[in-house]
Amino acid sequence: MRNVILFIRKYANFLFFLLLQITALSFLFRYNKYHEAAWMNVAGEFTGTINQRYSKVEYYFRLKKINEQLAAENTRLNQLLKENFERPDGNEKIVMDTVQTDTVSQIRKYTWLGAKVVGSTVNTQLNFITIHRGLLQDVRPNMGVVSPQGIVGTVVNVSDNYASVMTLLHRQYKVVVKIKNGGERGTIEWDGVSPMFVTLKDIPKSAKVQVGDSIVTSPTSSLFPGNLMAGTIAEIVDDKSSNFYTLKVKPSTNFFNIEYVYVIANAQLLEQRRLEDSTRKKFQ
Amino acid sequence: MSELLKNIFRFVLFIFVQVFILFKMPPLHRFITPYLYYLYILWLPFSMSRASLMAVAFLFGLSLDYFMHTPGLHAAACVLIAYLRPFVVNMLISQEGADKNYLSPSITSMGWAPYFTYVFVLTVFHHAYLVFLEWMSFGSFLYFIGKVIATTAISMLLILLTELLFFRKEKFRTNTV
Repeated sequence: MRNVILFIRKYANFLFFLLLQITALSFLFRYNKYHEAAWMNVAGEFTGTINQRYSKVEYYFRLKKINEQLAAENTRLNQLLKENFERPDGNEKIVMDTVQTDTVSQIRKYTWLGAKVVGSTVNTQLNFITIHRGLLQDVRPNMGVVSPQGIVGTVVNVSDNYASVMTLLHRQYKVVVKIKNGGERGTIEWDGVSPMFVTLKDIPKSAKVQVGDSIVTSPTSSLFPGNLMAGTIAEIVDDKSSNFYTLKVKPSTNFFNIEYVYVIANAQLLEQRRLEDSTRKKFQ
Repeated sequence: MSELLKNIFRFVLFIFVQVFILFKMPPLHRFITPYLYYLYILWLPFSMSRASLMAVAFLFGLSLDYFMHTPGLHAAACVLIAYLRPFVVNMLISQEGADKNYLSPSITSMGWAPYFTYVFVLTVFHHAYLVFLEWMSFGSFLYFIGKVIATTAISMLLILLTELLFFRKEKFRTNTV
């Protein structure tokens, strides 16, 4: 016993060092499991408040850009109004297909929630944005996030009034998208090289692709409704040894000046995930 | 200003500079991340014990981590350099008893060459460990080497600028007081 105490006293510093290292590394590697519940709520509120103070200043300088984005989005939505369409023959009447709105919400699958961005990074390998909307305002982990220009990422963590969103510019982020023309599905990832481009993988070589083609969201991702803009093809890398293209995609969202986003809640996500999980278990 | 107050002030300032200035800069290249924040640990007084150095470094790294959403990443690297700091200081201290006569490591207390060797060694350790932890989850060996070298170069430049802009006058204190 005496020897043990002597040993501890002799190597106290080293043991303390090991203890702190183990604590830090366990924080790092078990981040998504228990850490968030215990700590992230308090810390998220705190950093969120500071980020918000800062973004108030930054926001002022970006008003012009935000106005332009909102005007562009309004234009796009106005184009869809039925008042824009008229037949020369006055006898025909145009009727838009209307979605049934029911209070039990059995048909509505996606709900859009607006949120303001209060913090963001672009120049690390693991980029997140912080939005000022959290648990108390109906944001939950695993919700998709889009900007007026295109998709942004997925909510990974929430505190009472803030939420962290893993963006496309995160090394571990993956999302299923499709090519607008052909409908071939692939996965978008980020290789960490340049924040201006992401990589689209698993597009079979049978697909017709061209530089400039639109990449849109696929409903199979279950995070986003279909046909939201994700990006445009910037370069086609033709790897001769593979049956798949690797496409360099320019994201349509500008992550450098993003200010407002929409969080998309999928009401049927839980049901779908549960089914998929049980199917996987069945055949293991 | 008392030394404790000064260090608390620096703690907040270094975190804010790192989060709201250096991490807001438009990225130049994937190998380059401008890190300056850990200079706080290099500036801590000589008189602090190794255990308290590590405790402060852990808290400091963790505060940055909560802004960057990477709990533990920077904290681990900070604790490493806090642990290694006394070894490096002992090896490089040129004047006999400089660690008693001066308050903290600086150009005045250690001299130009030893001070920057001290900064360089700890910078390399910090970045190597940080990038190594990143490399465990993604990346390649080229990424590891490239990023350590490029980031070290940028950090050294930033530290040199900081030292020149905010020159710390250190009073010579005799131990007869």
